[in-house]
Amino acid sequence: MDSPALEISQLSIKFKSNNQKEITAVENVSLNINSNEFVSIIGPSGCGKSTLLRAAAGLERPQFGKIRVDGHIVTHPGADRGMVFQTYTLFPWLTTYENILFSLKKSPLSTPEKEALVNHYIQMIGLEGFENAYPNQLSGGMRQRVAIARALVYQPKILLMDEPFGALDAQTRMSMQELLLDVWDQQRLAVLFVTHDVEEAVILSDRIYVMSNRPGRIKTMIDVELPRPRGLIDLESSPAFLSYKRNLLDLIRQESNFYQKIPLSEKIA
Amino acid sequence: MDQILSVKEKESSESASYRLLDLRSDIPSRIYWSAGGLFFIFIFILWLFLTSLKIVSPLFLPGPEAVWDEFLRQLHEGILLQDASASLYRIMLGWIISTIIAVPIGILMGNFKLFEGMLEPFIDLIRYMPAVAFVPLTILWAGVGNSQKILILFIGTFFQEVLMIMDNVKSVPRELIEVSSTFGLSRFEILRDVILRYAMPGIWDTFRITLGWAWTYLVVAELVAASSGLGYRIMKAQRFLQTESIILGILMIGLMGLITDMIFKFTYRKLFRWLDGKG
Repeated sequence: MDSPALEISQLSIKFKSNNQKEITAVENVSLNINSNEFVSIIGPSGCGKSTLLRAAAGLERPQFGKIRVDGHIVTHPGADRGMVFQTYTLFPWLTTYENILFSLKKSPLSTPEKEALVNHYIQMIGLEGFENAYPNQLSGGMRQRVAIARALVYQPKILLMDEPFGALDAQTRMSMQELLLDVWDQQRLAVLFVTHDVEEAVILSDRIYVMSNRPGRIKTMIDVELPRPRGLIDLESSPAFLSYKRNLLDLIRQESNFYQKIPLSEKIA
Repeated sequence: MDQILSVKEKESSESASYRLLDLRSDIPSRIYWSAGGLFFIFIFILWLFLTSLKIVSPLFLPGPEAVWDEFLRQLHEGILLQDASASLYRIMLGWIISTIIAVPIGILMGNFKLFEGMLEPFIDLIRYMPAVAFVPLTILWAGVGNSQKILILFIGTFFQEVLMIMDNVKSVPRELIEVSSTFGLSRFEILRDVILRYAMPGIWDTFRITLGWAWTYLVVAELVAASSGLGYRIMKAQRFLQTESIILGILMIGLMGLITDMIFKFTYRKLFRWLDGKG
C-alpha cells in the first residue's frame, strides 16, 4: 500500500500575537490526501486554513503533530511540494520562460531535458508567444498561470495552493478554474487547495474539508461526487452542484458571525 | 518606451486633451523638460538683472561675467582642473570604501534580525552626529593628509548608506523568498539569486543618493589642512572675500554632483531594463 501524498496527523499551531497572547490557529487537525486526489479546505477568513497549508509547505512550524509527504516527515520547504501563493510571486527580472526554468535549478535533468519540460508547460498553460515577456507585461491571470507551471515543472508529489485566484477578477477567476481543471486532467497529482470560495471548491475538488472558526479545527468532510472531466458551464447549472454549494454555504454560515443566523436554505424557501 | 511616449505626446498635443494644472495628470515631456530649462534661464536672468543694475553689491553677489572670468582664470592657471580632480579623487575613494563595507553589512542587517538588533541602535546613534564635529578627531586619528579627508567623507556617507541598503534588502517580498525555498534552494542560493537580484535596483539607487551626499560633505572634508580641492578653494576665497571664486566653487560642486548622479541614473536604466519589461 502506497503512503498518502500528504498525511497530517493531530496538528496544532499556535502563535504569539502582538500583545503576547497565545492564539491557536490550527487545533488537532488530521487529514489525508492520496496521490491523484484534489482536496480543498474552506472556512471563514482567519480560521487557520492558510496556516495549515503553509505548515504542509514547511513554512510554519507546528507545536504538535506530524506532517508527512510521501511518507517523509516535513521539517522544511522542499521540492517534493509545489506551492502557489495568492500574491504574485514571479521573479520580475526573469521572463516567463526563465521563471519556469528557475524552479528547475536543483533538478538533476540535463539542460535539453529541462528546456523541453519548460516548453511543454508553457504550452499546457496556453502562454505560447509570451515566453519572452516579463511579469509586468502579463495580466494577473497570466502571472498565476506561470506560477502554476513553475510549481508543476519540477514534478512535486503534491501541489499546495493558497487562494491562488483570490486576487483575480471574477471573469479571469473562472477561466483560471477551467485551466486548472484542464491541467490537472493532464497531470494528475495530489492537490491541496485553500479557498474561501465555496463554488470554486466544489468545481475543483474530489473532497472538501470545512474548517471551523478559530481555533481552526476540521468541522466536517464532504465527498464531491461530480463526474470528470468537468465543464464549468454544465456544472454550474446542475442540481447536484447546487446542492453541494447550498450545503457548504450553510456549514460556513454557521461558522461566520453573520448578523442574521438564518440558514440559507430557509431564506431561499 | 520612447515610442509609447512619443505616441502619447502626439495624441495629447493634437487633441489638446491634457490640461497643465490637472491634479497628478501627465503633461507632454516636451513641456516638462522645457519648464526645467526655462527656470534655469529665469534664475540666470534674475542674477544678471540684480548684479548689472547694481541692486546688489558685487561683494555679496558678483555678476555672471565676473564668475565666468574667474572660471577662465582658474582654468588657464590649471587650478580648476587640479582642484576638481583632487576633490573627485577624495569623493570617489571615501564613497567606494564606505560602499564596500556598507553593502555586506547592510545585507546582513536586512536578512538577519540578529545583526539588525546588534548594529542598528549603534548606527542610529552615530548617524545623527554631524560629520563636521568629527574633524578634530579625524585629524588626531588620520593626520592632515588625504586620508583625513577621506575619513570625513566616509563618516558622512557610511552610516546612512548601510541603513538604506538594509531597507533595500528588506523590500524583497517574503513570498518571493518562501516560493524560492519550495524549489529546494539553500539559504545562500536564495540570498544570491533572489534577494540580491530583487534588491539590486534599489541598492543602485542608494549608490546614487549616497554619492550625492558625499559631494555635500566635500567642504567639511577640505575644511582643514588642505592645499587643493573645490572645498578648499571656497574656504580660501572666503578669507580674501573673493565672492566670485566662492560662487564658482559652489557651481562646480553642484555640476560635478549632477554629472555623477546622471551617470548612475543612466546606468540604472541600462542595467535594469526588466523594470519596464524590456530584456
